[in-house]
Amino acid sequence: MTDDSRFGLARSVTLAGPLLLDGGARLAPVEIAYETYGTLDANRSNAVLICHALTGDQHVASTHPITGKPGWWTRMVGAGKPIDPARHFIVCANVLGSCLGSSGPASADPATNSPFAMRFPVITIRDMVRAQAMLLDHLGIERLSAAVGGSMGGMQVLQWAATYPDRVRSAVVIASAARHSAQNIAFHEVGRQAIMADPKWRGGNYYADGDPPAAGLAVARMAAHITYLSEAGLTEKFGRRLQAREGNKNGAKSFGFDADFQIESYLRHQGISFVDRFDANSYLYITRAMDYFDVAEEHGGLLANAFRGTATRFCLVSFDTDWLYPTAESRAIVHALNAAGAPVSFVELSSPFGHDAFLLDVPELNRVVDGFLRAGESA
Amino acid sequence: MSALRPDLAIIADHVAAGSRVLDVGCGDGELMDVLRAKSCDARGIEIDPANVSLAVGRGLSVVQGDADTDLVNYPDNAFDYAILSQTLQTARAPDKVLGELMRIGRHAFVSFPNFAYWRVRLSLAWGGRMPVTPALPVSWYETQNIHQLTIDDFRAFVKERGLTVEQAWFLTGARRRGAAAANLRAEHAVFLLRR
Repeated sequence: MTDDSRFGLARSVTLAGPLLLDGGARLAPVEIAYETYGTLDANRSNAVLICHALTGDQHVASTHPITGKPGWWTRMVGAGKPIDPARHFIVCANVLGSCLGSSGPASADPATNSPFAMRFPVITIRDMVRAQAMLLDHLGIERLSAAVGGSMGGMQVLQWAATYPDRVRSAVVIASAARHSAQNIAFHEVGRQAIMADPKWRGGNYYADGDPPAAGLAVARMAAHITYLSEAGLTEKFGRRLQAREGNKNGAKSFGFDADFQIESYLRHQGISFVDRFDANSYLYITRAMDYFDVAEEHGGLLANAFRGTATRFCLVSFDTDWLYPTAESRAIVHALNAAGAPVSFVELSSPFGHDAFLLDVPELNRVVDGFLRAGESA
Repeated sequence: MSALRPDLAIIADHVAAGSRVLDVGCGDGELMDVLRAKSCDARGIEIDPANVSLAVGRGLSVVQGDADTDLVNYPDNAFDYAILSQTLQTARAPDKVLGELMRIGRHAFVSFPNFAYWRVRLSLAWGGRMPVTPALPVSWYETQNIHQLTIDDFRAFVKERGLTVEQAWFLTGARRRGAAAANLRAEHAVFLLRR
């Protein structure tokens, strides 16, 4: 099947739809940009869907087309890794609402032939998952061996298990939550307001002249980036150290508002480099989708009801320094899965990296995911 | 594979093949591994994250949790057997833990070190020191065993609770002992209970 044009890197498909969205709108057509790695086996049983986080993309283990950096999860996906193209048929799709080829606010509205901008319908995590299910139909995959994701990717995995329990054999949910907390929503609102306060945002209609609200998006990214790191990690990496200057490698206070401290300079760099690869309107739409996320809400307020009678096996991992999606959020999911009688594994791993730990080098994470996936494949 | 701890070997032998089992305090999953080979649907709870990682790494369904707080989330009669091996004496509220165990499982295996074993008595009565024995290897200041009990304590406790002892095994090291004078002669015990 290697010569099948549906499979490989940098793929994209336009599905007729319509996709009925939670907000009531109908999206048609639906464009999905995705990549596949490895070979689908004869009985189509080795497919692993990887769900990416807020600002992630389909380039899970291939070079990013804009930044030229390696894939965002090469620590987890690749030869000899827990998710291995030698064993798995790996699918990763750009989420609905994003900006790397899937339908989103920057896509052309078929009604006007100009970008949707804020006319793009508000979407939910469940809408993203439904779009992924349409992609799997297109690829001829009825049932996933596993769905795997961290952060917003973990939310999609939970939603997959709740919406399509018969299509997911194993679910891996890392550093995630079953709902967005008030604090999560609050941070996202700061980011959205930063974008919308930028005069260049212009109600979202900035595509024509190529002059996006870069300053607002950079501030949004800076605020969000703080939430991805731990206080101890920041202190260790930057402390109160000053930024080196020409002729003074130890730096000095400027008694002005330059980036005196290394942490300021680091955050500014994070903000500026982000705007090259991400669309401000996509940031609004995807953060909104995350804020609306609450799996229990769809099931009478009781999370266990979302998984009652499920045959899916679950693995949850949290990190002790992650204050964005703290261990208590994972534990609440574990308790619900226990109440529903679902097979579940859970561990809180120790890492200094805060929420970002799921993307970084944590050998125990690989051991846990590897053991969990292999047990599901041999059963 | 290394030989199972003697109390775990007894439990492994007496869990019916194909049954649903919850191992509370499952460690790195060595008993669960054996039960899985007997086609059991085995789940585990373990407090130590390194042990949980090892257990999940070998493909077992283990959640990091605390017997004292996390058993309440399991539904009634969810398991054929609930297992509490060498953990009862470490619980903050052993009576509540045992109550939860009997609610979740139709049967329960409970194993614990016997504080009335003659060597323990000797150490305390003659030596005047808190005992350090193969079954109680840790000094008083760092032991996890905050609720020491004897075989007779446990017998009285289950009777008081109206529970039925289906079977009991008494051991010194790996050697089986008869029920006669077990409270004096046995170093540790395994009880199979039902409601």
